[in-house]
Amino acid sequence: MAEVSVRKVVKAYEGNVQAVKGIDLEIADHEFVVLVGPSGCGKSTTLRMIAGLEEITSGEIAIGGTVVNDIPPRDRDIAMVFQNYALYPHMSVYENMAFGLTLRKFAKEEIAKRVNNAARILDIEALLQRKPKALSGGQRQRVAMGRAIVRDPKVFLFDEPLSNLDAKLRVQMRTEIKKVHQRVRTTTVYVTHDQVEAMTLADRVVVMNHGIIEQVGPPQELYHSPKTRFVAGFIGSPAMNFFPAQVENGSGALRVILPNGVALPVPTDRTARYQAMAGREVIFGIRPEHLTEPKNLDRDNIAVFEVTPEVIEPMGMETLVHFWMQGAEICARIDPTTPAEPGRPMQLAADLNHMHLIDVQSGRVL
Amino acid sequence: MSTSTATREMPDIYHKAGSLSSERRWALWTAYISLIFAAIIFLAPPVYMFITSLKTSAEVANLTGSPWLVREPTLENYAAILGNPTFLVFFWNSVKITVCVVLITMVISTLAAFALARMRFWGSQALATGVFLTYLIPETLLFIPLYQIVGGLGLLNSSWGLVVVYPTLTVPFCTWIMIGYFASIPKELDEAALIDGASWSQMLLKIFIPVAMPGIIAATIFAFTVSWAAFVYPTAFVTTPDEMPLTIGVVSQLVRADTFAWGQIMAGALLAALPPVIVYAFLMDYYIAGLTAGATKG
Amino acid sequence: MAADGSVLVGRTEGVTSLQRFARRRSTIAFLMTLPLILVIGGLVAYPAVYAMYLSTLNRTMVRNIGLENFAILLDTDTFYMVILQSCIFAISAVLLKALIGFWLAHMLHDIPAKGQRKWRGMLLIPWVIPPALSTLGWWWMFDPSYSSINYLLNVFAVPSVPWLGEPWWARVSVIIVNVWYGAPFFMIMYLAALKSVPEQLYEAAAIDGATGFQRLRYITLPMMRNIISITVLFSLIVTFANYDIVRVLTNGGPRDLTHVFATYAFQVGILSGNVPRGAAVSLFMFPLLAIFAFFVLRGVTRRNKEEA
Repeated sequence: MAEVSVRKVVKAYEGNVQAVKGIDLEIADHEFVVLVGPSGCGKSTTLRMIAGLEEITSGEIAIGGTVVNDIPPRDRDIAMVFQNYALYPHMSVYENMAFGLTLRKFAKEEIAKRVNNAARILDIEALLQRKPKALSGGQRQRVAMGRAIVRDPKVFLFDEPLSNLDAKLRVQMRTEIKKVHQRVRTTTVYVTHDQVEAMTLADRVVVMNHGIIEQVGPPQELYHSPKTRFVAGFIGSPAMNFFPAQVENGSGALRVILPNGVALPVPTDRTARYQAMAGREVIFGIRPEHLTEPKNLDRDNIAVFEVTPEVIEPMGMETLVHFWMQGAEICARIDPTTPAEPGRPMQLAADLNHMHLIDVQSGRVL
Repeated sequence: MSTSTATREMPDIYHKAGSLSSERRWALWTAYISLIFAAIIFLAPPVYMFITSLKTSAEVANLTGSPWLVREPTLENYAAILGNPTFLVFFWNSVKITVCVVLITMVISTLAAFALARMRFWGSQALATGVFLTYLIPETLLFIPLYQIVGGLGLLNSSWGLVVVYPTLTVPFCTWIMIGYFASIPKELDEAALIDGASWSQMLLKIFIPVAMPGIIAATIFAFTVSWAAFVYPTAFVTTPDEMPLTIGVVSQLVRADTFAWGQIMAGALLAALPPVIVYAFLMDYYIAGLTAGATKG
Repeated sequence: MAADGSVLVGRTEGVTSLQRFARRRSTIAFLMTLPLILVIGGLVAYPAVYAMYLSTLNRTMVRNIGLENFAILLDTDTFYMVILQSCIFAISAVLLKALIGFWLAHMLHDIPAKGQRKWRGMLLIPWVIPPALSTLGWWWMFDPSYSSINYLLNVFAVPSVPWLGEPWWARVSVIIVNVWYGAPFFMIMYLAALKSVPEQLYEAAAIDGATGFQRLRYITLPMMRNIISITVLFSLIVTFANYDIVRVLTNGGPRDLTHVFATYAFQVGILSGNVPRGAAVSLFMFPLLAIFAFFVLRGVTRRNKEEA
């Protein structure tokens, strides 16, 4: 087991297209790190550079303190789980899991011990003699993980391992992966485009966009204190609402003026933080759960306003209310018991303790 | 009101359903009649060859009655042909040549296809196109210069000369379809193997060849049938009966002035055609996959 | 600036390791393709160039006579007949094979799936038998005194046909045998193409109100266009250069009227011993074949792009 260091790593393709633009990332021993971002953000490329499947254009990657730039994948002591599982179709489950060990000339008994042990962890002991074709998607996923576990590598690499599974199985396998990690404690780098997967699995989440790292941090931190507009919008579902706004310094108290003229008082504990923005254009961001019925909120620092819902989406444990404000679609989250109907005006309140202001130019959360 | 609409619409529905099923039935009839007709014509020559092979010379020469019937079936033609040492030499030559050519072809084309499908290198694209183009060059375009070249090597009138030139018939197509089969193997599979610690040769032997086994079988069948059936090269390069493979042997040596040996000739031709037919009968799906692979996989 | 500098330094390092990696892989790949290159180079490319050189020599191969071999060929009536016969033979045979193959593929596609395998297996048999041997069977069926085909014709009160004795009948015979041998190949190719058309397209068309003919016209044919043209062009090449059937069935006769390029080249180059002129006869095929090959290649590339 080992830590992974990614230092100033750049990946450029022909024509000088940069897929990864100089990223730095330190992953501690035993840590579970998830790289998340939209497709084309460079997350898979980063993972494949750690695996040695892609050349590093510049910069350095070290595994367990050894720079691995020029070391071929087989000597990096890593294991990888692929999106389409990449099980060898002509080998049984046992042979699939044993293949890497056989190539490394392990003794037969040792191979058997390790495979059986991994099979026990993953609960696939009954499947060992089957061919991959005879397995369900979830079972194949387990075998792919088993193949990684038996190797007992320094690092596990997962490349979107759950994307090919249906929704129910994905949730189930997610907990399975977490259980396995808690048991084997191998340093893990996991790539996904699904932010829910990232939040639920990670010790730390790395949000990437356009080849750079937007923010690194524990899931809660990313959710509550996003550093950039991209992270604020990417993490959380339904996504955070954004509208253009203006900060105004009126009679000692700072206020945010929305395009429809509504003025929201900035909570006093944030006045100092936003003071410099007075008179400037900003983006106002607030999560749907902080737009809700007035009765669910503290009396302090809320702004009540009236909206006309367009679409009501009852989700069971909550109800989503969609309405339009100055050309922007806004989503609010209310109690399922609150009556709501499309077209009938209702009162909602914004919890300004959870508001975010974003600099228009830099996209940074202030 | 409602009853009247019902009565007005009902017959219409019935009419539609009726016409649909009768259209289907008519299509089926056309299909089966066409297929039966085609099958009769397609199978008539081999069947007639078989009928002739069961006749005595006297019966072949007898012009009364239908030539499509056998009055006194006999296996004497088969016994005669199998007891004919020349025929056995032809057979042995065909076996020898075909086995060598198939082995050479499969080694060359599997190695080349792996390199062309998985390792991009300078000129690999041009080489792949070149492979396809050589496949399109018919043997009859180059047999005269090859005649000179084989003669220069001192291999005229030798079955080894045929072993040297037959790969021009088999290697391009086999390489081409193997490229297709190898290219259809997901890239993650080699990446997984790479991480598992496989070298290039292990990747080829332990992953690619077993996974592309259907393609290997299809290519092998192709190489086998082509070298077994090759006709131009042996006709041009071999004139001594001792070195002839079956095709030219049967056509040139059994067919003599003695017209009434037809029974024996047909028996010989059928026996000569038997190996590819047997391979086809047992491996039909691979055979057809290989046949269509050129256009659908390439 | 600092960041730029480090990127630059890093890149030069990256290039060297990348080059080393690429070079090693290239070497392995080159070694693996070497036998293929030797076969193509030594047994195809070199003979092709050598053929051109050969065709400029005189009969005894000691003197270079330029293009005279081609000129002499174009001066003889026999060679004009060869060109004519090759074209008649290739075009009509391919056309018939394509039509029959298309029809049979459709018929096969129409019958219930479980019977298809059996029929397909049976109908492909002409393609499986080595053509030199099956043609021998046809030759026997065409035999002037013992023709089993004429026997059947007589049963239906049709007079006997001098199959291989009359030039035009001999031409027809050669075409019949080639069609018999090649139609199953077309059938198999078209059947594979038919099966690759998604069923939903037909269902959508049926809902849109298309008749059977319209489905063929607007869905089947456009979807199969590429494979039809590839197969036809490929077969044109093979049929144009055919040797086996003519050699066994007529051997060029009667009166050299059924010779095609290949058999004539054989006759002139090998049997009469005029190697340079034989090479010249073969080379006459080259321009036409090159054109066909160009279109096949274009069709295949296009198909690959569509599928990618």
